[in-house]
Parts: sequence; C-alpha cells; structure tokens
Amino acid sequence: MVRGANMKRKTAELNLLKHSSDGIFDFAVNLLLILILIITVYPLYFIVIASLSDPDAVNTGSMLLYPIGGKDRLLNFEGYIRVFMDNRIWRGYYNTIIYTFFGTLLGVTATILAGYSLSRKDLVGKGPITGIFVFTMYFGGGLIPTYMVVDKLHLINTPLVMIILGSISVYNIIIAKSFFQNTMSVELQEAAFIDGCGNGIFFLKIVVPLSKSIISVLTLYYAVGHWNSFFSALIYLNNEKLYPLQLILRDILIASQMLVSDTTDIESIGDAQRIAESLKYAVIIVSTLPVLIMYPFLQRYFIKGVMIGSVKG
Amino acid sequence: MNVLSRQYEPSKMKTYGKHEFYRSKWKMVSRNYMLYIFLLPALIYIIIFAYWPMYGIQIAFKNFSSTKGIWNSPWIGFKHFTTFFNSYRFWNLIKNTLTINLYQLVAGFPVPILLALILNYSTMKKLSKFAQTATYAPHFISTVVMVGMLILFLSPGNGVVNKLLSYMNLKPVFFMGEEVYFKHIFVWSGVWQNAGWNSIIYIAVLTNVSPELHEAAVIDGASKIKRIWHIDVPALLPTAIILLIMRMGNIMNVGFEKALLMQNNLNLNASEVISTYTYKVGLINAQYSYSTAIGLFNNVINFTLLVLVNRFARSISNTSLW
Repeated sequence: MVRGANMKRKTAELNLLKHSSDGIFDFAVNLLLILILIITVYPLYFIVIASLSDPDAVNTGSMLLYPIGGKDRLLNFEGYIRVFMDNRIWRGYYNTIIYTFFGTLLGVTATILAGYSLSRKDLVGKGPITGIFVFTMYFGGGLIPTYMVVDKLHLINTPLVMIILGSISVYNIIIAKSFFQNTMSVELQEAAFIDGCGNGIFFLKIVVPLSKSIISVLTLYYAVGHWNSFFSALIYLNNEKLYPLQLILRDILIASQMLVSDTTDIESIGDAQRIAESLKYAVIIVSTLPVLIMYPFLQRYFIKGVMIGSVKG
Repeated sequence: MNVLSRQYEPSKMKTYGKHEFYRSKWKMVSRNYMLYIFLLPALIYIIIFAYWPMYGIQIAFKNFSSTKGIWNSPWIGFKHFTTFFNSYRFWNLIKNTLTINLYQLVAGFPVPILLALILNYSTMKKLSKFAQTATYAPHFISTVVMVGMLILFLSPGNGVVNKLLSYMNLKPVFFMGEEVYFKHIFVWSGVWQNAGWNSIIYIAVLTNVSPELHEAAVIDGASKIKRIWHIDVPALLPTAIILLIMRMGNIMNVGFEKALLMQNNLNLNASEVISTYTYKVGLINAQYSYSTAIGLFNNVINFTLLVLVNRFARSISNTSLW
C-alpha cells in the first residue's frame, strides 16, 4: 500500500515536470483530434440529417448543419415512407437476414471447431494441417476456376451459395486457434480426461462456455461480412428474387434505378428524380441500421478481436 | 535444484525405437479421433472452395471449351499469357493496379499510426475516447454504401462537396467522371473508412509500453516528441513491419468491389484494374481460359512478392510472418 501511494505521488510529480515545448505539442495534438473527429463524424451526420430533410433543401445545399423539414415541419419522413413501400427492399432485407443468420451459424461453428482442434498440442499432424489451411490465405484458384466449381456443384442461383461461400475464413480460424492456445490450459484438459471426459464432452461442457468472448468476436466478424457481402451475389446470382440487400442497394445508389413506388405516383419525372436523390439517404440509413444498432453492444469486443488476431499463430 | 537434476539425468530418459514411436503416434491419433472430426467441416470447405479450384488453373494453359471439360481441352501453352502481355490494355492495367496500391500503401499505412499517437497523447481524455469509437464506425459500412455515399457527396449537380465549392466561388467538378481524381477518391475514402479500425492494434501496443520507460525519460527531461521518437516508435515498429509484409502480399490486389462500383465509362482508363478486368473478361465475355491466365499471373506475382518481402524483413529485423 505504501508502495502504491509512493507510485501515485511519483506520477503526480512527473506530470508537473513538463517539458517547455509540451504546451505547443498538446495544443497541436488536441487540435488534430478535433479535426479528425469532424472529418469522421460529419459525413455520417450529414447522411442522417439529409435523410430527414426536405429533398429541395438537400439538393440546393441549404441543409448543412441541421435537418430542414420544409413547409413548417421539423423533420421530413417522406424518404423513409417511400423506402418502406418498396417491395424490393423488403425482400432484400429478408434474404440478407436469412443468408447472414445461417452463414454466420455455419461459419462460427466450423471455425471454433477447427480452431480448437488446431490449438491442441497433442494433435498429430498439426503442422501440416495448419499449413494446408494457411496456404489458401496466400494462393487461390482465382475467379473463373472457383466459378466453375460452384457451377459444377449446381449452386449457382441458389440461396445456398450465399450461405456457404465465404462462410469460413482461414484468418478467423487462426484467430480462434491462438485464442484457445492462450486460454485453455493443458492441466484443465488433463484433469477432465482423468475424470473420464472425452474430447467431445470436454469441448461442449468446458471449452465452449469458457469461450464466449471469441464466439462473440467471430459472430461479429462473420455477421458483418455476410451483411455487407456483395461480391458473391454479383457473381453467382441472377434471379432477382434471391438478391441480398447490398445488390438492391447497388441498383438504387449506384445504378440510380428508381424505386417502384416512384413511378406509380402521378408525378412528373423531374419531381420523381428530385425525390429519388434524397431517398438514397434514407436507403443508406435503413440498410445500415442493424449494424448501427449492434455497434454499441459489440464495441467492447472489437479491441479484443483485433488483439487475439495479432498474436502470431 | 533437485528437480532440475532429475529432469536432465540421461539414464532415466526413455528412449523410443522407431517402431514404438509410430505406435505411440497412432495411439495419439486414435485417442484424439474426435479432434479430426472437429476439423472436418472447415477442411471440407477449403478442399472444395480453395483446392478444387486450383485444379482448374490448368485451363490458363489450355483452350477451354465447356463441351470438352477441363481435362480434355487442348493444351496451348503460354499463348493466353503472351496475348495478355501484348494487348494494348496490359500496361494500363499494370499501371493502374500498381499506382493505386502504392498510393494506398503510402497514404494508408502511416495514418493509423499517427491516429493512435494522437488518441494516446491527447490531453482531452473523454473526447479522445469518443473519437476512438467514432473512427471505428466507418469500417462497418458496406462497400456499396461507401461508394453510394461518394457518388452522392461528389455529384456535380447537388452533391454537398460541389455546393461547398460553389460557396467559395469555384466551378463545380465532376469528380467521379474525371480520370485524374479516381485514385485520390479511391485511396482517401479508404483511409477515411479504415484508419480508425487499423489504429486499434497500434493503440494496444502503445498502452502496453512499460510506464517506467516514460517516467525515466521524463526525469531525464525528454519532451513528448522525444518520448514518441525514442520510446513509442521503437515499440510500434515490429507490429508495423508485420502489417507491412501482409500488405505487400496484396500489392497487386486492388479492392475489386470498390473499384468495380466506382467505375463508369468516363473514368475507365484510370479505374480498370486487373481484378475488374478478370471479372469482365471471364464472366461477362465468357473467355474462361484468358481470364484464368490473367488471374494466375496476378496471383503468382502477389505470392512471389510476399515471399521476397518476408525474407527481406527476416534478414534485416528478425520480424517475419513465418
């Protein structure tokens, strides 16, 4: 305790021992911090307020700092109403949820199983098996050969391709492996085995309950990956009924297709175009919402995940 | 002492014959058969989706026709490669792929380190905590939404950037439609999106630096800049080298999704990279063999670079991937 108090005093004294140039340094650092904060947050903030504003205010550039609802309204929800009236977005949402749920389930299960197995020192052939996995991180068949395999398996234009393809990442297996290596002690395993516990029971009853943090990290990585995935859908799907949200978003945001509800209304084309532009902001918010909602809850796992991953396997 | 001497007493060490050695190995395998079952799902996945496609690489040296199949298509040697090397697209593709990537490396590599230092040294602790969380957020935005945002913000008619330019009495610029801007937009939007996420690891390294080093430096009268240079930078270096090696292995891979989504007819000269070209040749024009050859060429360069950089890093600093 005495030592603790000493330490405290020492650091307090140290803080007084400021170097003469540190004042300028602190000022510059804080200034940069504020600048970084503005650059990061403003574009995100702009999208939120633009989605809640009158399209005219957004298009003329008068809306820059706070939402302008127009016509004595504080906020304008027209964009959101139109987004929710669109069938394609609902279907895309539904498809993405299905793909994300099953894909993540498959990915996390296979990853912790393989990661745990590879973390065991008494696994005969551990080196070569790890090599088989790691090699695929640096070398692959490429686009067309992979396409031909998927074609041969009759997976093209099926929901299965969206669930299976990209569901397992070797990088994540390595992360899981180093997690297990650092947390599961050999003593624990030996004690369990003496008590007559086999590998299967040990994994289910002891390893899994002790691995909540790695399971959360992997779930986060896989779920975000599936939610944002666009590449597989672009290449392996051409049935619009199976399109995930990201592909629909591509059509709306980048190819500038209009929503179905725009054309059914009796509006001039110019008017529809005017609204279409601001509707994009609402689409962005709606599609990113699940990730935004999850964000505060999962935030504490980010650092953990990156740190586990950085341990050399 | 007692324990030590017992451990190293040679006469007590059990010696295995070759035969016994294999028998004990086999015992281990059969006792741990469950661990191999655990490996199966992931192993099957990579065999099907990573190794099986490698068998198909041979069509890069063949004239593939779907009626004959991979095995029976006729060999034609390096013809597809020479066609690619001699095509008028070749140098343009190489140039675009390399410039975008090197630019990305030069711009994107130091920013997370600087960000970590700023977050670590800021005296406004609460704001720095908030900034940390805020800078991670863009990492989770999908590529489609990211490019959608760029198109919206940079639109010549009613994009916010051009509105701000017009307030400064500057002419509107069609950013997405002009070749010169493509790589800048590509690289800096990437920095915006990923710098925060990539800084996590450096922040962790900085918090693990022993405080005694800093205390000693302060007592010796070192300024904060001196402390960064002599304490923090050496601590960050090994991590930075590993990350750099990993980046080098991808020097020929430009983010396919983003490049494809940012492409339009006006900027194609600057935005066509090897990966987008492989996609177009292969899946849109259905020239399977030619596309595979281009992909293989790209892959081999990446792999070779990774091995070389890794060897180089090991020889100068003892830090390497393997």
